[in-house]
Parts: sequence; C-alpha cells; structure tokens
Amino acid sequence: METFFVFFLNGLSYGLLLFMLSSGLTLIFSMMGVLNFAHASFYMIGAYFAYTLTGVFGFFPALILAPLCVGLLGSAFERFALRRVHPFGHVPELLVTFGLSYVVLEVVRLIWGPANVDYRVPAVLDGPLFTLANVKGVGLQWFAGAGAPEVCGPAAGNSCTSFPIYRGFMAGVALAMLGSLWLLLTRTRVGLIIQAALTHPDMAQALGHNVPRVMMGVFGGGCALAGLAGVIGGNAFVTEPNMAASVGAIIFVVVVVGGMGSLAGAFLASLIIGLLQTFAVVFDVSAITVMQQMGMQPNYDSWAYPLLKITVAQMAPILPYLLLVLMLILRPKGLLGTREE
Amino acid sequence: MAKQTYDFKPVNVGRWVVWSAFALILAVAPMLFTSSLSMTMLSQMGIVIIVCLSYNMLLGQGGMLSFGHAVYVGLGAFAAIHTLNKVAAGDWHLPVSLIPLVGGLAGLAVAALLGAVSTKKSGNTFAMITLGVGELVWSMSLMLPEFFGGEGGISSNRVVGEPVMGITFGPQTQVYGLIAVYCFICTALMFAFTRTPLGRILNAVRDNPERVAFIGYDTQRVRYFAFMIAGFFAGIAGGLGAINFEIVTAEVVGAPRSGAYLLFTFLGGSLFFFGPILGAVLLVLATVLLSELTKAWLLYLGLAFLVMVMFAPGGLSSLIMMNLRVASHGLFKRLWWPYAGLALTGAVALAAFAAMVEMLYHIKLNEALGPEMKFLGLTLHTHSGGSWGGALALLLVSTGLFEWTRRHFVRQWGRIQEDIEVRVARGMGA
Repeated sequence: METFFVFFLNGLSYGLLLFMLSSGLTLIFSMMGVLNFAHASFYMIGAYFAYTLTGVFGFFPALILAPLCVGLLGSAFERFALRRVHPFGHVPELLVTFGLSYVVLEVVRLIWGPANVDYRVPAVLDGPLFTLANVKGVGLQWFAGAGAPEVCGPAAGNSCTSFPIYRGFMAGVALAMLGSLWLLLTRTRVGLIIQAALTHPDMAQALGHNVPRVMMGVFGGGCALAGLAGVIGGNAFVTEPNMAASVGAIIFVVVVVGGMGSLAGAFLASLIIGLLQTFAVVFDVSAITVMQQMGMQPNYDSWAYPLLKITVAQMAPILPYLLLVLMLILRPKGLLGTREE
Repeated sequence: MAKQTYDFKPVNVGRWVVWSAFALILAVAPMLFTSSLSMTMLSQMGIVIIVCLSYNMLLGQGGMLSFGHAVYVGLGAFAAIHTLNKVAAGDWHLPVSLIPLVGGLAGLAVAALLGAVSTKKSGNTFAMITLGVGELVWSMSLMLPEFFGGEGGISSNRVVGEPVMGITFGPQTQVYGLIAVYCFICTALMFAFTRTPLGRILNAVRDNPERVAFIGYDTQRVRYFAFMIAGFFAGIAGGLGAINFEIVTAEVVGAPRSGAYLLFTFLGGSLFFFGPILGAVLLVLATVLLSELTKAWLLYLGLAFLVMVMFAPGGLSSLIMMNLRVASHGLFKRLWWPYAGLALTGAVALAAFAAMVEMLYHIKLNEALGPEMKFLGLTLHTHSGGSWGGALALLLVSTGLFEWTRRHFVRQWGRIQEDIEVRVARGMGA
C-alpha cells in the first residue's frame, strides 16, 4: 500500500514533467500549425544550460535564467529559419525543425562532450520529503523527512518507502507553471491577443497587432517551457546527449493520444503515460507466469515462448507506443481531440 | 475487319535513352571503380537507391512524411537473414537470388499490419504516428533477442545452396550484380507505379485529399495501398542488405536510420522521380567518405539540410531541373559568371567556416595531440589568435562577397525567368 502510494506520486510527478514538455508542443502546434520536432532538443538545451549556469550562479537563478535563454534561442530560430519556410507549407516546417534537432545534438556533443554531465539535484532539495511506513501491528504511519531509525532502521523490519523532496519540487514547479500559463492565456491582455491571433490572424493584424511577433513569442514561450522542463528534469534523470531522443518520441505520443492541439487532452495523456510507465516497472509478471499460476505447463520450445515470457516490467518502454496504437484503433481523434484529420 | 483509324504511337526516345543510360551506368560502374572500397560503396548505393525511391513513394508522391521507414527495411532484412540461415541449415530450399523477395514480402506484411494504423491519419499526425511506431519496433527489437539477435545481431553466410550458372555470391562483384539487377527492376517498377491510376490518385491525395474524397475515393485506402507497396520495396532493399553484409543488427530498424533516409531523400529532392537516386548516392558518400574525413560530419549534414529546406525546398534535383530549363532556352551563358562568383566565394566561406569548426573539434577531442592541426594543407594553431582571427576574417569577408554576388545572381535569375516566360508566351501565341 505504502509503495503504491509513493509510486503513484512518482508517476504523477513524471506525468507533470511530460505535460510541461507536451504543453509547449501543443501550444505551438495549435497556434502556428507547426509540429516542432526539435522540442525535445530545447528540453535538452535547457538541461545543459542549467548545468552550466548552476556552476556559475547556483541552482535557483539557473531555474529562471536557463528557460529564458532557451526561449530566446527558440524565438531566434522562429524569426530566422521557421518564418522563412512558413510559405512552403507544413511539411518543410516540420523538416526544418527536424534538421535543427540534428544540429542541436551535434552542437551539444561538441560543447559538453558525448558522455553525461554531472548535473545534480541541489543539496537543499536532496533527501526524502516524507516517508510512509507500514509498521507491524500498527498499520500505515506517515513521517515527515526520513523515517525515524527505530521504525525504519534495518533492525525494525518494517517496510518503509520515502518520497524524495525533488519529486515534490518538480510537481510543484510544473503545477505553478501551468497555473500561471493558464492565467496568462485567459486573464491577461497578452493572452487575449494570443488567442485572437490564433483564431483570427488577419483580423488581429488589421487591428494593429503584430501577428508575426506574437507567433515568435508563442514559439519562444513554448521553447522556454521545454527549457524549464529540462532544468528540473535534467537532474532528476540524466543529462546526456541522448536525452532528447529518449523523451522526444514519448511527447509526440502524448500529443497524439491526448488529441492534436488539445491542452487538456495533453494533460490527461501525460498523467496516464507517466503513471503507466512508473507502475509497469513494478509488475514482474508475464503471460508465462500467469499460465503457471493457472496450473498450465508452458512449452519452452514453442515459437511463442520468447514472446510470452516478456514481463510487464520489460514492456514498460513500449507501453506508451502500444497505447498510441490502441488509441488510433479505438478513438482516432485522441482522448479529448476535436478535429478528425 | 481491319482498323479504320490509324493510331500514332511514337517511340518515346527520351525514355529509352534515359533508362538505357541508367542500365549502362549500373553495368559500367564496377569496371571503372574496381577497388574493394568502391565496390562496397557501389553495392550500398544500389541498395539505398531502392530504399530512397520507396521512401519517396510516401514523401514525394503521397505527401506522407514518415519517420519510421527503416522499420520496413530492417524487418525485411531480418526476414531475409533468417531465411538465409534456414536455407543454410537445409530446412528450406530457395536460391539466394530470390531471398530479397522474401524480405520484400516481409516488408509488405509488416507494412500491411502497421500501415493500417499509421495511414488512418495524414499530415503532421501521420508523421508523429510513424515516429511512435518506429520507436515501438525499435524497443521490441531489444526485448526479443531470439529474433533480433540482441547486441550482436544475426549473422549468416550467403554462399549456400547449389550455385546457379556458376554464381555462388561469394565474390563481391557477383553480389553487386544481384543488387544492380534488383535496383534496375525495382526502379523501373516504381517508375511504372507513378503512371498507374493508383499512382496518379496518390498524387491527387497528396495535393487535395478533400476533392479526391468528393470524387468517390477513400483517401485512407489510397494511402494504405501506397504504404504497403513502399513497404514491399523497402523490404527488398533490406533483403539485399542482409545478403550484402551477411549480418543484420537491431540498429537497422532504429530512428537514426529512418532519419537518414528522410534527410537524404529530401536532399536529393522529392519532387522529381530521380531525386532520391541522387540522395541515395549522397547518403553512401556522406556516411562512408565524409565520416572518415571529419568528425563534424553530422553537424555539416544538419546545417546543409537546414539550408536546403530554407532556400531550396525542392532539393538537388529541382535545382538541376531549373538550370536545365534555363539551358534548354539557351540562356545559360548569362549565368556562367554569377555561378563562378558564387562557387568561389561560397567555397572560401565554407572553408573558413569548416576551419573554425574543425579547430573547435580539435580542441574538444584531440587536445592530447597538441594544438597543431592540419586543415586543407595548412597548419592551424588552435591556441593562437592568428588562426582564429584569420579564419573569422576570411569567413566575414567571403560571406559578404557571397551575399553581394548572390544578390547579383538573383537579379540575373529573375531577368532570365522573365525572358523565358516571354518566349513561352510568344511560342504559344504563334
């Protein structure tokens, strides 16, 4: 039970991180119709910038500065490359961001080297936030910080599971960012102009708003979101040149499963995939073990044996993609999508 | 009763010439380039030509941007290598020359299965789904070492079964012969496909799916058929690859491979049928020669791709065709000087840029070898301001001159296009 609860929270914080990434992608897609293939590259740049800036200013200034730098880079890319290919249509737009992902990968390898860098969680945020203990004879108990040694020490024999502070911090930053994004889009004048430029670009232009500049801001903002996700995700996981490729495909799955261009759908899909991947790791069952428990004797020489012996835990990396395939078969427009394309 | 009318059917001379020339190049190339390196490269080119052409069936003719084409090539290769091993074990009887067809059928079957899902959508969503499906297969390949061979891959021996007419496929030349024959036939078949009703309606689906739906076609089914046919040819190429390398590792289904097919098909040009052939040749040249020449080749490749998408979205082939159009009107002589200027300033700018990139890479990777490095016959000193300043100054000056000649060129080009328009209009009026 206590493991379940902590895993649930872990999955939730991972899902929120995914949503920070996919929200930027969805925003850019729904506003500009551009599928930013390099979105995960901006995530990676964010992590590396944060690593370098942390060495100079410390973690918390880097938390602000790194996303700003990534946002500026994103705006510059929009201004000088993306805007130029915009008249050619959507495929060249996708291709130009695809090319960018190659260049970013090489530049990152060149500057920071091909191995992973030592980007760590700051000491303030290191350690357990709380500990859940299943005490014999008493039941579930909750401790702030690490569990007391007389309860959770190796001698006590109780099952204790702790939840790291940093995971909580990740979830907190994600939620704060989402809240402010929502307020910005719905409650401010800037948000109104963005929404107007999204639905009626010509009219917004006629009323004197600089729509291309709004687009540049939206693209930069989306990239800054990815950069922020990189800052807080880079030290929770590993900061290495492959991090873009490993997360890139998953955020695309999130966007398709949630429904193209639907922010709420992306939110739902991120949480589902975050929980799915976190929980799958725990289940060490395969079709073979289920069959054995039901009293059937597996045939080890059968051609299907290698397929059946794969455990759910081993399947964790492909679950998002299986979800994608299932979703396309059952509900092609995605969870909360509206457009049938 | 004899026919009352006379059907005039001229021989399409141009087509005969082009296809004979293609066959001739395939036949003569191994005689001109006889070293074992060039033999390997020619074999790879033949294979990649089939892959890129099959990819262009999706990208150029169907408007489907796929990020997962390597899946069909790779699974075709795995099917072929397992068949080869079965033949070697004596379980199955099949001549080696037909094994690529097994790969093709496997590619077709996989495309029929996965395409049913992928082609439900078009445009951007299709691109994302193919990416996801590609990742799915790639992750599967790590989970099923029994089929995919794990880290080491699956190896085989192509010299199996009875030799047919003395051909054992032991020497590389014989393998090249097989690849060349398959390459020619597949290219011809894929060109023929563009002239079938399905190929034509596929172009229509690319350009305006809504209207195609209005005239009664199911656009999804058209995309699905094209996807399966592309999968078939991709599988054939995979099978040829399995015979050529005698080993297949899981990376043949990976995303970097798919990305490379996309990148080079686009560089070659997706608007013309022959564009992907240029792209395939470039792919092999870049991965074999350029990667030997410089460690920064992926950076150059990415930048070249970016520049191409931004300034020449039709790829190399459309650049060639645009210049051929000028030449066919006899106006090319006006472009000699601008082109010479562009080539000169562009080459200098490129060299200066490359010098700086190479110095950076030298600092990062070969610091132990000392600060001296060779570049184009010059000795550069990575710690001296002179080398950096010189390269930077050269870059700035040559870029400025390049931009100046480019503007001149653009004006000249515009005038030539206007002249051609006038000529064409006059020709039609007459």
